[in-house]
Amino acid sequence: MSATGTHELFPSPLRGGGRGGGGAEGTTEPRSAPPPPPAPPRKGEERGRTPSEAGYNFAYLDEGTKRMIRRAILKAIAVPGYQVPFASREMPMPYGWGTGGVQVTAAVLGRADVLKVIDQGADDTTNAVSIRRFFARTSGVATTTRTTEATIIQTRHRIPETPLREGQILVYQVPIPEPLRFLEPRETETRQLHALAEYGSMHVKLYEDISRHGHIATTYAYPVEVAGRYVMDPSPTPKFDNPKMDHSPALQLFGAGRERRIYAVPPYTSVRSLDFEDHPFRVQRFEHPCALCGAEGVYLDEMLLDDAGRRMFVCSDTDHCEGRRADGHVGTGEAV
Amino acid sequence: MLAPGFADPVHDAQGTFRAVMDALARPGLPQRLEAGLNPPAPLTPELAAIALALTDADTPVWLDAGLAAVPEVAAYLRFHTGAPLTDSPAQAAFALIRDPARCPPLARFAQGTPAYPDTATTLVFALDALTSGEGLRLTGPGIDGTARIALAPQPDSFVAQLAANRSGFPLGLDLILTAPGRVAGLPRSTAVTEGRA
Repeated sequence: MSATGTHELFPSPLRGGGRGGGGAEGTTEPRSAPPPPPAPPRKGEERGRTPSEAGYNFAYLDEGTKRMIRRAILKAIAVPGYQVPFASREMPMPYGWGTGGVQVTAAVLGRADVLKVIDQGADDTTNAVSIRRFFARTSGVATTTRTTEATIIQTRHRIPETPLREGQILVYQVPIPEPLRFLEPRETETRQLHALAEYGSMHVKLYEDISRHGHIATTYAYPVEVAGRYVMDPSPTPKFDNPKMDHSPALQLFGAGRERRIYAVPPYTSVRSLDFEDHPFRVQRFEHPCALCGAEGVYLDEMLLDDAGRRMFVCSDTDHCEGRRADGHVGTGEAV
Repeated sequence: MLAPGFADPVHDAQGTFRAVMDALARPGLPQRLEAGLNPPAPLTPELAAIALALTDADTPVWLDAGLAAVPEVAAYLRFHTGAPLTDSPAQAAFALIRDPARCPPLARFAQGTPAYPDTATTLVFALDALTSGEGLRLTGPGIDGTARIALAPQPDSFVAQLAANRSGFPLGLDLILTAPGRVAGLPRSTAVTEGRA
C-alpha cells in the first residue's frame, strides 16, 4: 500500500481534506461515475456498514501489534491506574491526534462492536469524524453518534453526559499520561515516585493553587487516585467529568501514543479526585442552562457570537443535546 | 499431524482477547469463551485459545509438568505462537497450568518489580468447572460490592496464596481461570476470602 493510499485512509484537514484533491494517486475509491447521492443519514443513524478497505488488516493494525497492545491492556486492568509501557506504532495520523486511543480501539474492536468517537464532547468535529471514518473503512464496524447504542466510545477530553452502562468501553486519547510530569520531568524519577506511592509533590502543587488563588485552580487534567493506590492523569477532561469516572459501570482504557503508555480503570473502581479536608473537591457550575436544549448540570461550551462579545452557552455533548431537543426540550436560544 | 489453530485468526483471537479482558475487568464473573480449537491433550481448547491469542515470540511461556510431558503440546504451541518455552517460572510471561493441584507455589512466578509491576507472570489455569454466585468471596476493582465464584478443583491453600499475592500489590500475579466454554479473571487487585454460606 503506497504512502498516498495510507494518507487517503486518513485525510488530514491540514491538507485540505485529501479527498477533494482531484484524483489523488493511489486512491482506493472506484473511479466510476459517482453513485446517486444516498439519502442523507439522520443523526445517530449512520449505522450502515462500510465494506472494509481492501489490503488492510481488520482495524488497520497487524496482529502482532494487536497482541502486544492487548497484553498491555490486560496488565493495565490488573493494576488500575498504573501506566503500562507499550510499543506504540506510527499511525497514519500525527501524534496528538489520538494515536494512543486509536491503537487501543483497534486492539479491542471486534466485528460486532458499534463505535462512537467524540472530540470535546462532539461527534461532528474533525478529529471525531476522521477517526470514526478510519475505523469504518478499515474494519467495517457499525458507527453511531448515540451514546446509548455504542459498545466502544473513543473520546478526546470528555465523558458523555448520558450515564454509561456495563459492557461499554470508554477509550481516552491521552496526550501526557504522567500526572507528575510537570512537577518532575525525569521519567526515571516519576517511575520511582509511583513505585513508592510518593505523591507529596502533587499535594504541594494543589496547595500552592490554594495559597495563590484561594482555591484549587486546576480545572482540567485534575489528578485522581485510583483504587487507593496510583495517582493518575484522567487525560485533559474537565474536572467536571471526574465524578463520572468513579465507580463507573463501564471499562475505561487510556492510550497515549507519543508517550507510549496504556492505563486503565476497571468498572466499579474508586476514582478519587485529590483534595484537602478544608478544600474539598468541587466541580465547576454554570450560571445558565444550555441555550439550545435547556439542560442544567451538564458541561457547557462558551460560543462567541460576534465581535461585541455576545456569548451563548451550549452543551458540549452534542449527542446529549440533540437527544434532549428531539424529546422536546427547548432552551432560550438567546445570548447572555 | 499438527492440529490446526484458529479457523479465523483475526476474529477468533479478538474474541478470545475480549473474553479475557472482560473477565479480568469483572473479576469472578465468568465470560463465555468459545475456543473452537482441538489441541493435543492434555492441552484444553481454552488454554490453547488464550495461548494463541496472547503469546508470541516476545512472551516466554511456562508449561506445568503435565503439559510439558507431552511433546505434541510444545510442538503445537511453538508452531502456532512462536513463543519460547521456558523451564523457569520466574522467567515466564504466561504460565499454562493444566493440573492446578500440582501448581508450584505462586511465589515462584515473576512478581513484577516496583517500577514495572506489569512484568509479572499471567497464570492461566484449566479447571473442570467455574460457578459464579457461590464459593470464594471477591472484592476489589471491577467488582460492584462482592462477587462469588467456586472453582473445581480448588488448589491447596489457594486462598492463603492469593491473600499473599494481594498483599504485595501492585506486585503480584494475575490469574485467568478457564473451564470448558468459560473464562474468569482473578487479577492481583482482587481480595479473595473463603466464602461462608
